[in-house]
Amino acid sequence: MSADVKAGHAIGVAMKRKEDPRFVQGKGHYVDDFSFPGMLFMALVRSPYPHATIKSIDISAAMKVPGVKAVITGKDLEAAGLGWLPTFHGLDKQMVLAIGKVLFQYQEVAAVFAESREAAADGAEQVQVDYDPLPVVADPFASKTDTVLLRPDREQKTNHIYHWEVGDRDRTDQTLAKSAKRVKQRIWFQRCHPAPLEPCGCVAFFDTMGRLQFYVTSQAPHVYRTALSLVTGIPEDRIHVISPDIGGGFGNKVPVYPGYVCAVVGALKLGHPVKWIETRTENLTSTGFARDYHMDVELGATADGKLTAVKVATTADHGAFDCAADPTKYPAGMFGICTGSYDVPVAHAEVDAYFTNKAPGGIAYRCSFRVTEASYAIERTMDVLADELGIDAVELRRKNFVKKEQFPYASALGFTYDSGDYEKTLQKALDTIGYQALLKEQQEKRARGELMGIGFSTFTEVVGAGPSKHFDILGIKMFDSAEIRIHPTGAGIVRAGTKSQGQGHETTWAQIVAEELGLDPQQIMVEEGDTDTAPYGLGTYASRSTPVAGAAIAMAARRIREKARKIAAHLLEVGEADVEWVDYRFQVKGVPAKTVTMKEVAFAAYTNMAQNEPGLEATFYYDPPNMTFPNGTYVAVVDVDRETGEVKVRRFLAVDDCGTIINPMIVEGQVHGGLTEGFAIAFMQEIQYDADGNNLNTNFTDYLVPTAQEAPHWETAQTVTPSPHHPIGAKGVGESPNVGSPAAFVNAVVDALSPLGVRHLEMPVTREKVWRAIREAEAGKGKAART
Amino acid sequence: MIPAAFDYIRAHSPDEAFSHLQQHGGDARVLAGGQSLIPAMRFRLARPAVLVDINGLADLGRLELGRTALAIGAIARDSAIERAPWIGETRWSLLHDVSRVVADPVVRQMGTVVGSLCHNDPSGDWTAVALAARAAVVVRGRQGTRTVPIDDFLVDSFTTAVGEGEMALAVHFPVPGDRTAGSYQKVERKVGDFATAAAAVQVTLDGKGAIKEAGIALSAAGPCAVRVTEAEQALVGQKPTADVIRAAADAASKRSEPQADLRGSVEYKKNLAGVLVARGLRQALARLGVQA
Repeated sequence: MSADVKAGHAIGVAMKRKEDPRFVQGKGHYVDDFSFPGMLFMALVRSPYPHATIKSIDISAAMKVPGVKAVITGKDLEAAGLGWLPTFHGLDKQMVLAIGKVLFQYQEVAAVFAESREAAADGAEQVQVDYDPLPVVADPFASKTDTVLLRPDREQKTNHIYHWEVGDRDRTDQTLAKSAKRVKQRIWFQRCHPAPLEPCGCVAFFDTMGRLQFYVTSQAPHVYRTALSLVTGIPEDRIHVISPDIGGGFGNKVPVYPGYVCAVVGALKLGHPVKWIETRTENLTSTGFARDYHMDVELGATADGKLTAVKVATTADHGAFDCAADPTKYPAGMFGICTGSYDVPVAHAEVDAYFTNKAPGGIAYRCSFRVTEASYAIERTMDVLADELGIDAVELRRKNFVKKEQFPYASALGFTYDSGDYEKTLQKALDTIGYQALLKEQQEKRARGELMGIGFSTFTEVVGAGPSKHFDILGIKMFDSAEIRIHPTGAGIVRAGTKSQGQGHETTWAQIVAEELGLDPQQIMVEEGDTDTAPYGLGTYASRSTPVAGAAIAMAARRIREKARKIAAHLLEVGEADVEWVDYRFQVKGVPAKTVTMKEVAFAAYTNMAQNEPGLEATFYYDPPNMTFPNGTYVAVVDVDRETGEVKVRRFLAVDDCGTIINPMIVEGQVHGGLTEGFAIAFMQEIQYDADGNNLNTNFTDYLVPTAQEAPHWETAQTVTPSPHHPIGAKGVGESPNVGSPAAFVNAVVDALSPLGVRHLEMPVTREKVWRAIREAEAGKGKAART
Repeated sequence: MIPAAFDYIRAHSPDEAFSHLQQHGGDARVLAGGQSLIPAMRFRLARPAVLVDINGLADLGRLELGRTALAIGAIARDSAIERAPWIGETRWSLLHDVSRVVADPVVRQMGTVVGSLCHNDPSGDWTAVALAARAAVVVRGRQGTRTVPIDDFLVDSFTTAVGEGEMALAVHFPVPGDRTAGSYQKVERKVGDFATAAAAVQVTLDGKGAIKEAGIALSAAGPCAVRVTEAEQALVGQKPTADVIRAAADAASKRSEPQADLRGSVEYKKNLAGVLVARGLRQALARLGVQA
């Protein structure tokens, strides 16, 4: 399902990915592929204790290991004023290397620099740290009591990090109290990890001009440059951040990590390039985790199932430091999307976040800042309500959808949904999956005692942060930018402040330019990830690339077209007002025979420009007027094995509406990838800690990443409701499948078990959880017969 | 994930390999497929001072199907079993099944049967299969070679009858009699994971349709793979019925002494042991055309 495109007509074409030949041939160039003369390797010493005082650190044995050049500790960094690192949303700071005590297992304690990776690893093993264990707080509910104060470094002497709320609490409570039906469900969205296949890493060195050359796995290279300048005091012009090919990010490569600061310090102190590449264990145990939201969700409804109110109260576990990379004013991100696709008169959402002795984070894993948690909360609880009301879960959703004619729709929690046709998307899903036939099959199976479930999720996302009025990171507004240069032959280059980690920007950005300018996308080069060449951008995460940078590219291209129109007028020997853009070329108004192509104009821009300024290039900084609201209907069909608890996902259909589709093949790939991650979260993945704060999922043996063997077959379809405010109507799709699918999977399993009286199961839905639920339901039969 | 320093010796003959092992004793480890040893070294859980690589010893890579036994050499790969010309025969169905579910296809390309037995992971696949099929391991020691029945070979977790300075040369699987079939049943969290629970089953029927011989073993059910003697006794001499199968399954569930871990609780794994033995028996019998 791919096609080649020539000039023009580039949007909507399944063009093959321009980046794939190098990736499929193993010719990608990742951070670990960069080496420089005299380069040293860094290894980090990490804490075996979740909470302990550091009595002493003895580096003498490490310094004796052949090849070891230096060891630095938190004290060294503190003395240099680099002991702490601000977190991106500015609510907290993070130790670079432990100062005085450690706050989570695997916390960075010392950095060892050596001539080889092996010597660095041997040296790290020889650093002797004397710890005095402290009481551990491994649970946010225990943290609430403030019995053990985890962060005495802070002014506020409490483990409570922040309280955030939105909506009308009193009216929501009053409405719930008088609602005919009311359901309440405690839902935990477990701690997960994005686990990109390429872990984090960097190479840092100071060149002969004294400039920091910093190669790093960053989803937001410009933000890194500014953050590094702010943290280290190095003037920003002396910092060059290069983000080369990236092997997956998923939000994990947005924060600045302690290892990066240590590598820069090492490079400065030792006068050698320093490379630091994480191990898998380091990635899983210390870099940004996601979710860990304990949500009390309450829905009110009329007797016939019309929603009256939504209330969500959340306890968030942020670990030892609040390293969420959310926009400054949104400590709980876009959690206010928890009213979902439904017309809810009144709502209230609040989040209280706490420190624990766990790894820091709270990043947006393939998700626009807490949207996954919010979507799961509403979509899971809608099924609980349907069960309580005895209404089909599809009918309950349909009854409550925001109607097509209600857009733009102002939600009770403050968002203005741009566009959607939820009914149409749902209907397409029902028709495609054959819902009536499935219901009949389910009925027959239930009669035979077999467990089959059908689960829905009709979610709405909020992505594309965001309007400067509301959104910033470190004070920098969340615009994005593009610079386009068209060369004399009609080829060109686009540079953007985004950074593809697999999203296919090298192809889609070229398609946007080709569409806007009537050029050949194969001859539009895309360059990202170099802060010296790209205009300032906030980076690629939160499904913001197409909504924000994609818009910037379209607008920059339109600026070029305006310039080109002047040259076209000269070439066509008419006034500019007599030139129109028709069918991907300039034409004298009303005279289809008199045309000039963009390629011809490009050549003229350098050879025959008349009074016009030579050249054909433009830059555009795009400040989005609103967020975009991708949505979809997902359906999972499962069979459950009573004896083993095994769940077989027999079918899964995703009908997405992400507005205008730039490249259907890439969209389908994004959906497949996101569904596979959603499947993993629903059934396999959790970062678990025992009661003593020990991390139990420290490598891929126990943090499970599905392969083609486990992943179900994915069926996909689309409806297209363009975003009215985006220049090409696109909304972003990379995260929808991860946001929307967990609820569909869990709803399907719960539906399968609903004849047994099961109403909720926590993720990950393991075989044993299912087996236990069946067994307990069967054991309780009779005495627990519901009346 | 960088191993501690070690010396590496590539052996050019079994004699040479043996003499290196004799010389270095407990400091040395044999490197066959390396699919368990190398990861353990990278985590620095294993820190052998010397690796004796036997991958160059072509003679040890053979699969020899004789009249009474199948001999699998020390560096014969899992994938070689998977692709053996006779693997589709009903009598070899236990080996057929296991050869398709050991770890993942990449691991099977290098991993060896004998290496897996010598590693003796509590959740290994080949150990349970060797018990059910009543295999024996050929070990070379200072006094020459000896053949050790699998029940004596598996001593404890990660411990076998192979002593310091010794090496295993091959495993012998008896050629199953007519009307023999087996089944390997495994529950795993994902491909490549160790078993949450696994059961190896092999049965031989006599001319009257009664069970003449039975081999039932479990993996992930104790410190090392375990033979369920009570289940075998419940089967031998009986016509295969649902009741007989249930008795064997119950015996397996009872015999299973798993560890609780992230794969599941003791209770769940004990349940699985019974479920998998019953499923294995039904499948093996079905392969012989018997519905039970």
